[in-house]
Amino acid sequence: MARLTEDNVRLAREIIARYPRSRSATIPLLHLAQQQDGYVTNEAMAHIGELVGATSAEVYGTASFYEMFKFEPVGKYLINICGTMSCALMGAEELIHHAEDRLGVKLGGTTADGNFTLERAECQAACTEAPCLQVNYRYRYRVTPAEFDGLVDDLAAGRLDAEIPAHGTVARVRQRVTPDRMVGAVPPEDVTEAPVWMDGKAAL
Amino acid sequence: MSAQGSYAHAPGFFVGDRPRIVTSRFEYEDSHTLERYLATDGYQGLRRALARPASEIHDDVKGATVLGRGGAGFPAGTKWGLTPQGVFPRYLVVNGDESEPGTYKDRLLMERDPHQLIEGCLIACYAAGLSQCFLYIRGEMALAQERVAAALNEAYAAGYVGKNVLGSRFSIDITLHWGAGAYVVGEETALIESLEGNRGMPRLKPPYFPAAIGLYGQPTIVNNVETLANLPWIARNGVAAYTAIGTATSPGTRMVAVSGHVNRPGVYEIVNGTTTFRDLIYGDEFCGGIRNGNELKAFVPGGGSAPWFTPEQLDLPFEASQIGPAGSMLGSGAIMVMDHTTDIPRAALTLTRFYAHESCGKCTPCREGGTWLERILSRIVDGKGTDADIEQLFEVGESICPGAFPHASSSKLGLSATPFPYRMNTICFVGPSAYAPIHSALTLFREEFESRVTKRHRIPVTASGASS
Amino acid sequence: MSTTETTPDENLPPADPNAVRITINGREVEARKGEWIIAAADRSGDYIPRFCYHPRMNSVGMCRQCLVEVEGPRGPMMVVSCMTPVADGQIVRTDTPQVKRAHEGILELLLANHPLDCPVCDKGGECPLQDQAFSHGPGESRFIEEKRHYEKPIPISDLVLLDRERCILCDRCTRFADEVAGDALIHFTSRGNNTQVLTFPDEPFSSYFSGNTVQICPVGALTAKPYRFKARPWDLDKTESTCTTCSVGCRITVESSRDQLLRYQGVDSDPVNWSWLCDKGRFNFEAVESVDRLGEPLVSRDGTLTPVSWSVAMRQAAALVSAAIAEGGASSVAILGGARGTNEDAFAWASFARSLGVTLTDAQLADGLPASVFGYPQATIDEAASAKTVILLGPDLKEELPVLHLRLRDAAEKKRSRLVELSPKETGLTRYAWNSHLYEPGHQVDAVDALLDDPKVAAQIASGSVVVVVGRANLAEAPEFTMAALQRLTSRVPDAKVLPVLRRGNVRGAIHAGLSSSDAVGVLQAATEGRVNCLILVGADPIADVPDSDLARRAMAAVPRLISVDTFMTASNQNADVILPAAAFAEKDGTTTNLEGRVTQLARKVTVHGTARPDWMIAVELADVSGAELPIGSVHEVHDAMVRSVPEFAPVSRDALRERPDGILVAASRESRHEIATRTPNERAGFAYRLVVSRKLYDGGRNVEKSPSLAGLATGAALHLHPLDLDRLGAPEGAQVKVISDRTSIVMKVVSDPSVQRNTAWAPWNQPGANIGELIDATRPVNDVRVETL
Ligand SMILES: Cc1cc2nc3c(=O)[nH]c(=O)nc-3n(C[C@H](O)[C@H](O)[C@H](O)COP(=O)(O)O)c2cc1C
Ligand code: SF4
Ligand code: FES
Repeated sequence: MARLTEDNVRLAREIIARYPRSRSATIPLLHLAQQQDGYVTNEAMAHIGELVGATSAEVYGTASFYEMFKFEPVGKYLINICGTMSCALMGAEELIHHAEDRLGVKLGGTTADGNFTLERAECQAACTEAPCLQVNYRYRYRVTPAEFDGLVDDLAAGRLDAEIPAHGTVARVRQRVTPDRMVGAVPPEDVTEAPVWMDGKAAL
Repeated sequence: MSAQGSYAHAPGFFVGDRPRIVTSRFEYEDSHTLERYLATDGYQGLRRALARPASEIHDDVKGATVLGRGGAGFPAGTKWGLTPQGVFPRYLVVNGDESEPGTYKDRLLMERDPHQLIEGCLIACYAAGLSQCFLYIRGEMALAQERVAAALNEAYAAGYVGKNVLGSRFSIDITLHWGAGAYVVGEETALIESLEGNRGMPRLKPPYFPAAIGLYGQPTIVNNVETLANLPWIARNGVAAYTAIGTATSPGTRMVAVSGHVNRPGVYEIVNGTTTFRDLIYGDEFCGGIRNGNELKAFVPGGGSAPWFTPEQLDLPFEASQIGPAGSMLGSGAIMVMDHTTDIPRAALTLTRFYAHESCGKCTPCREGGTWLERILSRIVDGKGTDADIEQLFEVGESICPGAFPHASSSKLGLSATPFPYRMNTICFVGPSAYAPIHSALTLFREEFESRVTKRHRIPVTASGASS
Repeated sequence: MSTTETTPDENLPPADPNAVRITINGREVEARKGEWIIAAADRSGDYIPRFCYHPRMNSVGMCRQCLVEVEGPRGPMMVVSCMTPVADGQIVRTDTPQVKRAHEGILELLLANHPLDCPVCDKGGECPLQDQAFSHGPGESRFIEEKRHYEKPIPISDLVLLDRERCILCDRCTRFADEVAGDALIHFTSRGNNTQVLTFPDEPFSSYFSGNTVQICPVGALTAKPYRFKARPWDLDKTESTCTTCSVGCRITVESSRDQLLRYQGVDSDPVNWSWLCDKGRFNFEAVESVDRLGEPLVSRDGTLTPVSWSVAMRQAAALVSAAIAEGGASSVAILGGARGTNEDAFAWASFARSLGVTLTDAQLADGLPASVFGYPQATIDEAASAKTVILLGPDLKEELPVLHLRLRDAAEKKRSRLVELSPKETGLTRYAWNSHLYEPGHQVDAVDALLDDPKVAAQIASGSVVVVVGRANLAEAPEFTMAALQRLTSRVPDAKVLPVLRRGNVRGAIHAGLSSSDAVGVLQAATEGRVNCLILVGADPIADVPDSDLARRAMAAVPRLISVDTFMTASNQNADVILPAAAFAEKDGTTTNLEGRVTQLARKVTVHGTARPDWMIAVELADVSGAELPIGSVHEVHDAMVRSVPEFAPVSRDALRERPDGILVAASRESRHEIATRTPNERAGFAYRLVVSRKLYDGGRNVEKSPSLAGLATGAALHLHPLDLDRLGAPEGAQVKVISDRTSIVMKVVSDPSVQRNTAWAPWNQPGANIGELIDATRPVNDVRVETL
């Protein structure tokens, strides 16, 4: 494990085919790599470069720009506690301190058992539900310290496995388009005309 | 704690008996399914649109003046018209990167009514002659990605998306794309860079106005999720019905999220142009006042980037033409409320830290200045600052945004408003946004800083190093 | 003209409909539609500070240092001048208090995280950041926070080091790597305040052009190994010259301190190198400074080479020449080489030959093309890089003429030109080619016909100007097939112009000067047959240079009298009777002629090594001593004589050259284009692979071998086979195999290489490890080999 597996390469090609230029698939493929290995390995980045026609340095340049990509292993559960204004007004800092105590790690740290990594996150678009957090990008709203402890217990006991996959998997549902329905992505240079329906007549 | 699994109602979403355009299905448990969508007039707008020439639909959207809901508030129909004549292909990029502090609406629209968004995309592509649609969803929104993916799969299979939509001559692919955690990617040119597989660094406008030179260098329309979600309703009920709601300059409704120290923080679909901040914060059908009957100290009217308002601005309506002169902006419909117990410098820090952390690193003032502001401010917050630090905040701010920076009026302080917008030495608004909260806090609540710092005799503060 | 990147005057807009008038600080300035304000300001003399802007790269508007005020509808607006186009009637101010305040502010922010280690920084003294900090920077920084910390300089390639603490993130090096060099091996990583330039783990920035990033870095973040800590800029003394490492002829400044060469910097010559250099040209100044340089004349006394005075050596040499003439007449004296020196050197040797009636001369060493290649309508580099269609019928330009590769790559990337490539192996330009065909050596003409018969290609060629770039793609094959293909191309595409790409620095000058009245293979054969009584090697090393080691060796052995004029001991001059130490590049004045016929001036910067003398002087004195008076006493007199007597050089009087630092184009006097007779390629006769041999940038040549920084970069000998052929052979990658030609057999490493076509075998020329030259018979049309596992 490191380069993408055969199945994932097949999936990668399917994703690439949806874009007029394969470079556009870089971020989706990085997610795929992270789903495969739990983090993004150098081998995977080199492999992605081959698939989308970029140098490894370019792929790494893109990958390292984005928060979600990790370049060494993290806990099975990545807990992101929002610390931006709305959550801060509603006690995010207290929640973070509690979380640090409960898990026995500082922000950015991973518990000894490799189960949990704790991070401070920026605004998660749940500002009305403050303070909020995400576990592997699944939300928990208006979290009290007591509720946080319950959450950690449930996760550790595997009681939430159905809802929350291990770190690396974000969406469990993928876009799938059957060839017969797909119009097909065309490189921009191969298109010069207006779409057929732009002829002043109704399309139906 | 409420898990996102349960959807008896969208958490924090309150209905009330107001006209609803984009949230009409929210109370249904299964609002995200094709079945429910079809049972509630789903894809009727598309069917009607396809029965007419594209140009007529474009004219309708122009006529409805659907203001952009992403922050800039630019009318969608007009934006579509800015693409250069005869240049193809053209693309639609849907901005679902919602991450402006305080903003919470696009995620709901994607999780709760994905088909409505898809139908909106289809209508836009048909009307503006766009060859492919890219639906860019923020990376951290797992459920939104799943719901939209599932909806797209349903819609493709049922013939609403893809080859010959509804058996017509209109064919379009909608490609689901998702980010990986970078606020600045919400900026449209950065969004395009990101979609091209690059680091999400904004491009300079001009020359890179997406409508002219966008994705792959082609004309590209970037629209916000909520903006597009309005289109099916308009296509179904007509322009007149839409403009009958709200005001002439701000027709229809818009979603706003009110967070912070209110009794009922939540997301509300409100009538545009007429609803005031007082209605929202104190009205019973909305937030029902400040928690524990506390006093309102200040509020951010339009997302973390917006200069702050105080109770003196409560009676302003949701009307851009009135908010700008008052010294702020409506932005992304995010209101963050601070009661009298709020530690102002600390609150400002949570925003400045955000923008400093989210800087893409391209512009010197933002990359270096944002972090510098954050360091000085945290020093002050921790009681380790000096009065020279306060001056320094203004100095660094001046290097990011030269000249007068907008702020609200205050009779208490004898301040008159400096209108929006500001001048900036940066490419996009992230740099200035790191300074905005500091400038508001310092202008309106300076004593809270003064009381925190130790006095020193002044050290040089002009950039040339000369003492002043 | 200097290495500071102000927009070159060549960009001066012609007074045409494209011209717009703008006002900068109250003065009217003419500018060209679409150009950036900063470019116009550079010409009007209103210098605008900048860090990220570079006139030869796309603007990014990152550093924000170039902010200026432009009058707008709502009063003056701050805009970045590096990315704001000029517009008719535009009013620009670069000197208002607001602009100054902005510049100071940006500067303070840039300095916030910049370690002020100027005293120990290579850039200190020529650093834009330092200069601007002095001129209008804040007195003392008020940035009292902790600065960014990174591991101090890390090597990002064999030649370049990166200090991320000094980096101001201007995106110049990274843009260069991607946009200009096409080697995106360094890139921004991380985000915001943590942004840093990096290579990918274990993938160094191994680009032939890496040195340019050091030159364009506006601070001392990127430094070059060969120059680090060698000198302070203010100790450097510079003069402008032309690189003669290859025949592109890039303009450079030669910089020295205390009479020691320390670096070359690219000069922005619009028609040629646009300020870029390849690393071989940039760093091989080390060879000039090499301790192995020949410093005094040597003559062979009973078998051992012994140092003597010049007069002794000269008399000895002259004696050898006259003895040879006495024995077999002037036709038994031969001169090989002369393409590495100046036009004056070549002319002096040609005059020497003429004065004695010597006719066996060749400046090339059986590794180029016949001089008749100059008989076609000639194209310039600019014409090639702007032609609608460029037909490549030559070597891998990236390996042999790197900066020409950059110019053509740019033409393809910017969609000005479409490249159509005919080659025996994929090249560095293949991935940019619009249309690319591999031919089997010996079948070029068929390839040309097949190509031109393709309607798609025919249409493309008909669509506009066509330039054929022609050179020696394969050293294991006689030049006749390429010449025939060129003949066919130009007869089927009559309007096509031709850009000959012969590699050696001044080969075109030497040919024009008259140093190729014969051909090297002929000369060497004559020698083996005892028909050469005296051979004079002018900076030539046949045993290393001629793609037929056996022939060269036999010739050297057979020649009774051998005189070598060189800067180093070579394989060929070990057994010379007289060795005369020659002045090297930067040790002599003169002129050179690049591949397009552009004559530029060379400048002497350092005193010669030991008692070495410029070639021209040696030729003149040798003529004197041999009694053939040449009426010449100084390099200027040589030049003037050359201008008078060589029609090609008529336009390049010294006055004319002084006017034109970018040089003057000379046209070849049309030689009659004789029909080329091609032999039919010999039958494979059991030899599985047709042999293709061509150059890599870094090889066993003196320039590389004697430059410590470059010596290690030679790839080493190896036989490259198509992956499928390697499978067929059943040898593992990297195994030692036996390579057999009908000459002999050698053992070398075999590697799999998809850029090699099936049934051919490619090997790099003159690489340490094994000598591929042993397998080549220069008298055969083509050479084939058999490969056996051990
Ligand atoms: C720093 C920055 C962040 C932004 N973030 C978002 C965002 O998260 N979502 C969004 O729709 N628009 C965002 N915008 C606005 C977009 O640039 C763009 O104006 C908008 O998506 C256009 O869509 P609309 O016209 O429908 O509003 C952002 C702008 C800036 C400068
Ligand atoms: S202002 Fe900040 S985020 Fe925006 S482009 Fe400049 S550096 Fe990037
Ligand atoms: S030179 Fe214009 S922004 Fe850097």
